Amino acid sequence: MPGPTPDRPTFHPVADHALMVEFGDTIADDIHAAVLRLDRALTRTPVPGVTEAVPAYASLLVDFDPTLTDHALVRAALTALLVTATDTPATPTLRHVDICYEADCAPDMDAVTHLTGLSRDAVIAAHLAGDYRVYMYGFAPGYAYLAGIPPELRLDRKPAPVRGVAAGTVLIAGPQCLVSTVTMPTGWWRIGTSPTAILLDDPARPFLFDIGDNVRFRRITLATLHATKAPHG
Amino acid sequence: MAEALFRVAHAGPQVSVQDGGRPGLMRYGVPASGAMDRAALTIANLSLSNPAQAPCIEVSRGGLTLEALSGKMTVAVAGGGFIVDLAGTRGGSWSVLTVSAGQTLTITSGPWGSWTYLAFAGTIDAPLWLGSHATHLQSGLGGGRIVTGQTLRIDNPQTRDTRPIPCPIWARPAHLLHAVPGPQQRFFTAETLQALTTSRYYLTDAYDRMGVRLKGPDLTPQNALAIPSQPIVRGSVQVAGDGVPTLLFSDHQTTGGYPKIATVLAHDTDRATQLRPRDAIRFRLVTAEDAILIARQQARAIQRYLDTLR
Repeated sequence: MPGPTPDRPTFHPVADHALMVEFGDTIADDIHAAVLRLDRALTRTPVPGVTEAVPAYASLLVDFDPTLTDHALVRAALTALLVTATDTPATPTLRHVDICYEADCAPDMDAVTHLTGLSRDAVIAAHLAGDYRVYMYGFAPGYAYLAGIPPELRLDRKPAPVRGVAAGTVLIAGPQCLVSTVTMPTGWWRIGTSPTAILLDDPARPFLFDIGDNVRFRRITLATLHATKAPHG
Repeated sequence: MAEALFRVAHAGPQVSVQDGGRPGLMRYGVPASGAMDRAALTIANLSLSNPAQAPCIEVSRGGLTLEALSGKMTVAVAGGGFIVDLAGTRGGSWSVLTVSAGQTLTITSGPWGSWTYLAFAGTIDAPLWLGSHATHLQSGLGGGRIVTGQTLRIDNPQTRDTRPIPCPIWARPAHLLHAVPGPQQRFFTAETLQALTTSRYYLTDAYDRMGVRLKGPDLTPQNALAIPSQPIVRGSVQVAGDGVPTLLFSDHQTTGGYPKIATVLAHDTDRATQLRPRDAIRFRLVTAEDAILIARQQARAIQRYLDTLR
């Protein structure tokens, strides 16, 4: 069976209540764009019985109520939407995220300089130079995966996770960066701390990022970090 | 407004406020959370004429002891085979009872099941997060974890007729779980898929609201280490690189990079949550078409039962 492509996605049933639509097997811009195109089309033209759509790097999960519809009906409706889903996305919003790289804010900075062979200033410059894009949320509430780490700063994740990493920690692994929103274990590298709120506690806009947004990091000092009211409680 | 107060004299681990869940926010990394056994929560609520998805206290096998400080109100306990002691009178879950000031209500693990639901004829005073009282336990967001020593306030307490609640056969734990293969069965050999359906798997102690790790024949996937993270659902059977499967429950991560060999049907997942560590399960793989038929049969059976509670 040929693998999925952005033009010819494959459909896979998920239990009695969802379909997984796959557009590819890799992390690539054209594949992700196809995921978001179908997601937008589904928002514009709701399919009866569909309760939720969840975009990821290369796939869209479409959940439905099995008492109202079934896999074949949803698949047919999505196939029809794919034909008409030719729009281009609106210009992405640029969001700024503040980051402090100093001292205790970046417990893995020494390890990162060692592994990359870059100086501390070069690590910071490379991280600040990245043009990041929100590919998806996952793992935990508000956990947005930002791709765009420059090649010289891409590291494999740690062999074993570190427990109890605080909310607001800026983490990197491979091409990805994220700002943690809850205390949790992680095998990613801790290179900074951010006071920027991602969980907004606003029912109308619960999270800072929309998928597809562009993100730039903005350097702040330790004094500024401390002066900023901790958003994570 | 009238209120009833309880002091939490003891709360075991993983006791929390839960409701029907917070669906629709998986795209923001937020799982639906909500009751592990959603049918049992609905039964507890409807036994008191509450809205079906109203917030309850989800009690784990760690148990819960409440001292009634003031007020008089009726509560319902449904789900699992728990022991319910009210002021020295021992009964079981699946009952509607009235608690008066000065009395102690103790819920402890009984002969079967892992979760029971304490519903109140009144409104639990608990935080709302994004439209739901369901608690996402790792973050503590939502109605919240119930901890020893805290006070619990129920607004507008009411009394109702006390009675037993019939425990339907489909509220018992299921040892045979219907599942649809995939969505990533292509990463598994035919022999591995056969092992999944012909072998017994056992629940382990690595069991919480996120999911339960299973023990059984190895299910190591092929060439799956680099697949981009995909959305996951409650009921996903994901297999880590070491070949160990995990069945995901209400507080599951919303995405994951491990391949999913099969996905358990929604109502069978409810029933699987009432299993205990070391219980044996088998998977029966069904087609998508059969899964829909089963889901509709189950929905009709549940509705027929719920209609008798009103």
